[in-house]
Amino acid sequence: MPAIAETLSTVTSVADGGYKWGFETDIEMEFAPKGLNTDIVRLISERKGEPAWLLEWRLLAFSAWQEMIEPDWALLNYPAIDYQDSYYYAAPKKKAGPASLEEVDPELLKMYEKLGIPLGERAILAGVEGAGTGRNIAVDAVFDSVSVATTFRSTLAKSGVIFCPISEAVREHPDLVRKYLGSVVPTTDNYFAALNSAVFTDGSFVFIPKGVTCPMELSTYFRINAAESGQFERTLIIADKGAYVSYLEGCTAPMRDENQLHAAVVELVAMDDARIKYSTVQNWYPGDAQGRGGIYNFVTKRGACRGARSKISWTQVETGSAITWKYPSCVLQGDDSVGEFYSVALTNNHQQADTGTKMIHIGKNTKSTIVSKGISAGHSNNTYRGLVRILPKAAGARNHTQCDSLLIGDRCGAHTVPYIESRNPTAKVEHEATTSKIAEDQLFYCRQRGLSEEDAVGLIVNGFCREVLAELPMEFAVEAQKLLAVSLEGSVG
Amino acid sequence: MLEIKNLHASIGEKPILRGIELVVPDGQVHAIMGPNGSGKSTLSYVLSGREDFTVTAGSVLLDGADLLAMEPEVRAQAGLFLAFQSPVELPGVGNANFLRTALNAVRRARGDAELDAGQFLKAARAEAKRLHMPDDMLKRNVNVGFSGGEKKRNEVLQMVMLRPTLAILDETDSGLDIDALKIVAEGVNALRSEKFSALVITHHQRLLDYIVPDAVHVLAHGRILRSGGPDLARALEAQGYAQVIAEAA
Repeated sequence: MPAIAETLSTVTSVADGGYKWGFETDIEMEFAPKGLNTDIVRLISERKGEPAWLLEWRLLAFSAWQEMIEPDWALLNYPAIDYQDSYYYAAPKKKAGPASLEEVDPELLKMYEKLGIPLGERAILAGVEGAGTGRNIAVDAVFDSVSVATTFRSTLAKSGVIFCPISEAVREHPDLVRKYLGSVVPTTDNYFAALNSAVFTDGSFVFIPKGVTCPMELSTYFRINAAESGQFERTLIIADKGAYVSYLEGCTAPMRDENQLHAAVVELVAMDDARIKYSTVQNWYPGDAQGRGGIYNFVTKRGACRGARSKISWTQVETGSAITWKYPSCVLQGDDSVGEFYSVALTNNHQQADTGTKMIHIGKNTKSTIVSKGISAGHSNNTYRGLVRILPKAAGARNHTQCDSLLIGDRCGAHTVPYIESRNPTAKVEHEATTSKIAEDQLFYCRQRGLSEEDAVGLIVNGFCREVLAELPMEFAVEAQKLLAVSLEGSVG
Repeated sequence: MLEIKNLHASIGEKPILRGIELVVPDGQVHAIMGPNGSGKSTLSYVLSGREDFTVTAGSVLLDGADLLAMEPEVRAQAGLFLAFQSPVELPGVGNANFLRTALNAVRRARGDAELDAGQFLKAARAEAKRLHMPDDMLKRNVNVGFSGGEKKRNEVLQMVMLRPTLAILDETDSGLDIDALKIVAEGVNALRSEKFSALVITHHQRLLDYIVPDAVHVLAHGRILRSGGPDLARALEAQGYAQVIAEAA
């Protein structure tokens, strides 16, 4: 297998400068001191002008976190994280406000340019009215810890949709936030969720009122920028009865040596007949070819299908981060509710991903679909970990799981760890799994038709992921396809 | 023009080709026949650059350029096309998308303008129709769930779209009924011109009734033992390889 041997030899040589989005933006930062204690929690809450109940909530989470032990059941190997050696609050120094292009930090605009955010959208980010006509995407840019700009607010407001930084929602829609925050992922849910609850600095808040179909796709560009500052995003999306929203989350991060901790929490709530589609393209810095640096990504994402016939669909394309610990889940409470999880996780070099989903069937005739595509190259390890739990009252529940792994080279690993618990005899649960290698004859066939080896791998990998990519909104799908190819650059000779 | 001189190749330690001498001038179609294990498929793989084989001696020039020094995709871009004996399946990869990606890679390398989706589909549909392929074959995944005959026709579709200067057909007739055989032969004949040459590897004289070769070569034990005109193919069909090989020895 000479081509594979070549593949391996070059896999080791990737990533040196291979991370296209590795750059740092020089914007003055305002830091809280390093370390984590109740003073820091109080400081964050105070800086954000939060009400007393939220400070109380944070402090409870913090004391719970102190009692908890970092989970070690995932197939991940990383040095112990010193939580006291990190910053928990960093905010870009604010100028007047992003009402016009001139008022936005030019460094920030430059960064958006490097990220490939289209010009029109950059103008939208900067709040230039009328700049975005023709594009139905609203962007809430999370730049480190404080949302810098939120767009399309007025258009959205007309239909009653609330889309704003969560810190603003705390001030302007306190009842909604108080009612739903932590209602899907409780503060004590797990180690990283507790940490996030104590120190989250910002994130997005979305509320779609009864019967409203959100007139545009909502989008957040996440970005980690301050050296050694962890990022603790908190996102809360509520779709009231009969509402619909499609939410896009995309991320890139600058290159640096220190490992960075990221522990986000995303909560989704869908009431009767509501539908939420949540799509992620995650491309944080994965570390270099030797496995130095890279983001540690410990995320808790969970959706509650509270209402009858509600539907929550998670689609993720995960190519970045040194460590990924992430299980977007659905709690199917409402009768006839539907949960979906479509995932592509690609690991190269020394990346490690332990990702999957949980589908908890509580209501009658609840349905879930899981399609997971894992791609491993280099020395990486890629684990699918999934739980399908059917509770006693979930009569007629159904689940179908399809789990496929693709190996590139022979020094990487693919692991599938499905847990299935059924406590209702009428439930139907199906699990299919395959593992394959990119075959030498597939590569040769493509090359004989004139494609370079890299293009051939890109084509084969995109074919392998087709079912998942098809679930992404069109623009994201194109971006994701490119990203898969870029992430495998150099993984073949 | 393809010029093969004293070509030796082995797989692992085992020599398969032992001194092939062959010249295919522009505009000519040459047939290569021979018993199983004679090295026919190895020759097609070595010419197209499959890495499982090691060339131990000899040279191959395509239009004067050193073919053996090129990567497989560069050979394809230089005009070499191999119609595979067993076309490979690419799950999830649409046939039209694959063909357009390949065509544009080749066109880019040759300095031609790339085709947009509309131009490509128009051309591909016309060629597919000529090969009596239903439109939906362009939409299906590359060779996935194709019958043997459909796979071979798909190879010929790729060939006519990619416009090679040298086509190697490795037992393209195997698994084809007589109607499909005629359609495939028409596809090849439509390409015949002063700028196009072909190596047709086959077990059966039957294909050569429809693609009439300029020369026929008998390959056995890794060498070309005998060459002749179309009559040689008919003689082989009548007498079998053993006698022809014995006469050459």
